[in-house]
Amino acid sequence: MSDDIVLKTEDLTKHYGGVHALQNANFEMKMGEHVAIMGDNGAGKSTFVRQITGVEQRTAGKVWLYGDEVNFSGPLDAREAGIETVFQTLALADDLDVPDNLFLGREKTYADWLGPFRLLDYKGMRRATMAGLEKTGVKIPNIRNSIRNMSGGQRQCVAIARTATFHSRLTIMDEPTAALGVQETAQVENIVRQLKEQGEPLILVSHNMRQVFDLVDRVVVFRRGRICANLDIKSGDYTGEDVVSYITGAKTGEEYMEHAT
Amino acid sequence: MSETSHGIGGLTFDKSKRSWPNEMNILLALIIIVVIFEILGQVLPYMKDQSFLFDSRDRFDSIFNEARLKIIILQVAIIGIIALGVTQVIITAGIDLSSGPLVAATAMIAMSFGQTELVNGFANPKALFGTWAMDLPVLIPIAVGLAFGAFIGAINGTFIAYLRIPPFIATLGMFLICRGIALWWSGGNPISFPTESYKAIGAGMMPVVWFLSLAVIFHLIMRYTVYGKHTYAIGSNEEAARMSGINVKRHKVMVYMIASMLAAFAGVILASKSETAQAGMGEFYELFAIAMAVIGGISLQGGRGSIVGTVLGAMVLGVIRSGFTYIKLDGSYQLMAMGSIIIAAIVLDQYRQRNKA
Repeated sequence: MSDDIVLKTEDLTKHYGGVHALQNANFEMKMGEHVAIMGDNGAGKSTFVRQITGVEQRTAGKVWLYGDEVNFSGPLDAREAGIETVFQTLALADDLDVPDNLFLGREKTYADWLGPFRLLDYKGMRRATMAGLEKTGVKIPNIRNSIRNMSGGQRQCVAIARTATFHSRLTIMDEPTAALGVQETAQVENIVRQLKEQGEPLILVSHNMRQVFDLVDRVVVFRRGRICANLDIKSGDYTGEDVVSYITGAKTGEEYMEHAT
Repeated sequence: MSETSHGIGGLTFDKSKRSWPNEMNILLALIIIVVIFEILGQVLPYMKDQSFLFDSRDRFDSIFNEARLKIIILQVAIIGIIALGVTQVIITAGIDLSSGPLVAATAMIAMSFGQTELVNGFANPKALFGTWAMDLPVLIPIAVGLAFGAFIGAINGTFIAYLRIPPFIATLGMFLICRGIALWWSGGNPISFPTESYKAIGAGMMPVVWFLSLAVIFHLIMRYTVYGKHTYAIGSNEEAARMSGINVKRHKVMVYMIASMLAAFAGVILASKSETAQAGMGEFYELFAIAMAVIGGISLQGGRGSIVGTVLGAMVLGVIRSGFTYIKLDGSYQLMAMGSIIIAAIVLDQYRQRNKA
């Protein structure tokens, strides 16, 4: 396998009882690449993400991250390996402020011999938070206010800023703008562009065709639990209508024809 | 880094911009209550121009009425120690009802290892064990008491975190069990006559010293350690805490253990202060401890509240109790008034939260 492959899956499969939510997904992405995953509801997008991020255990198949075969027993494993995920439901603690949320579960500390009573390095965490937010261009009036009083967009940005703070090796966003307004969506999209400029690989699950065409290099379409197209949209060969026809099943990518139904 | 630092796009953190801390409201309420009693002392016809907090007019040897100040804090100190633990439990969105009976059970157990052998030259008439348990160093009753508290807390925490029993039910069961243990330990007889060194740890203002020292320690722990941060995180969003890699179950067990050890320590001190241990001790202590935390601005939904708030909440209860005695109102009125204040505190909290949302 070549060294510039960030993520590779081979025959990734997930069955929920008799439901074949994901079947034989072969996926590959290169260094610095931004890939969108599209598909109808129930096509297997989120299932695919959950297998990669260790939220669920796959039924079959293999996953490689930067050339190493990985087998995550939970989301923490995946995070430690460098996969940072922004979930549809935000995993933020409302009563804590921005640095507290960014560093939750992996606080900067000193006097570690104190065990659970080791001391928090507030200053270091604040500094790293500022750096992370600046890197992503996120604007938050005061990072020491609790998350409770922030808008949906700001909260989403905080969740996304985690990736910038921790130098993730792969960022996955599961419909990051689904619940956001126009301005907030633009803010999140700006962060995605920044990640692109910095060469950080990203998987974006999205329903928003305009957004996908604006942001990513490649679209992978899922249908009925299978990958049915792999479209290099930067080449200009494909339009939104093409992608829609792959999503609805009017078309299927040549290399995926054997399973088409 | 300067006080205020600016990133791109007005990204700041500014100490002066931080929101008005909730503790200031409680401090304000405390001052208002004191002022009300001060005014009542002046206007009530039977009070003869007395002062609540300041020295009476006939003596000019000091500014404050020190005796009253001491009593205000002394009468809430022991329950205050319990409240420090209850605060942590409520911040995780839990509750601990077992602390009052735990105080009694621990007082009985600790005192039975803190008795003196000879009382005025005669054998201790309330001796529970033989001479082997007499005149032990004071560390023994303290250690036995804390160990018992840790044991009870571990059971509470395990049932709540691992077996998913609602905290209210689990600690209600433990409430009855501890009261049972307190009665069973000596067959209902009081245990009395502690050693001089055991008497000393709860004598005079010692309960206040313990209360305030422990308050400072736990304030620092809740604010500046990982333990504190994770306690708030769990109460704020348990799912997020779990996803962030916090071992939520283990942490909860630790919180309940610390809370029960604080309640047990309160029992050790109460027995020392009273120089006796009786199975009926600590009645309603669990409720007053919860009341202190609630008046101190804690949210029963978890995630919010502080040790400073609880200490102020304890002071409010102390001032009200003293104030009612001062204006010569009956104990029955005190209970009604304290009940009303607890309800008012909750109503205020709900109102503030709705306004914020």
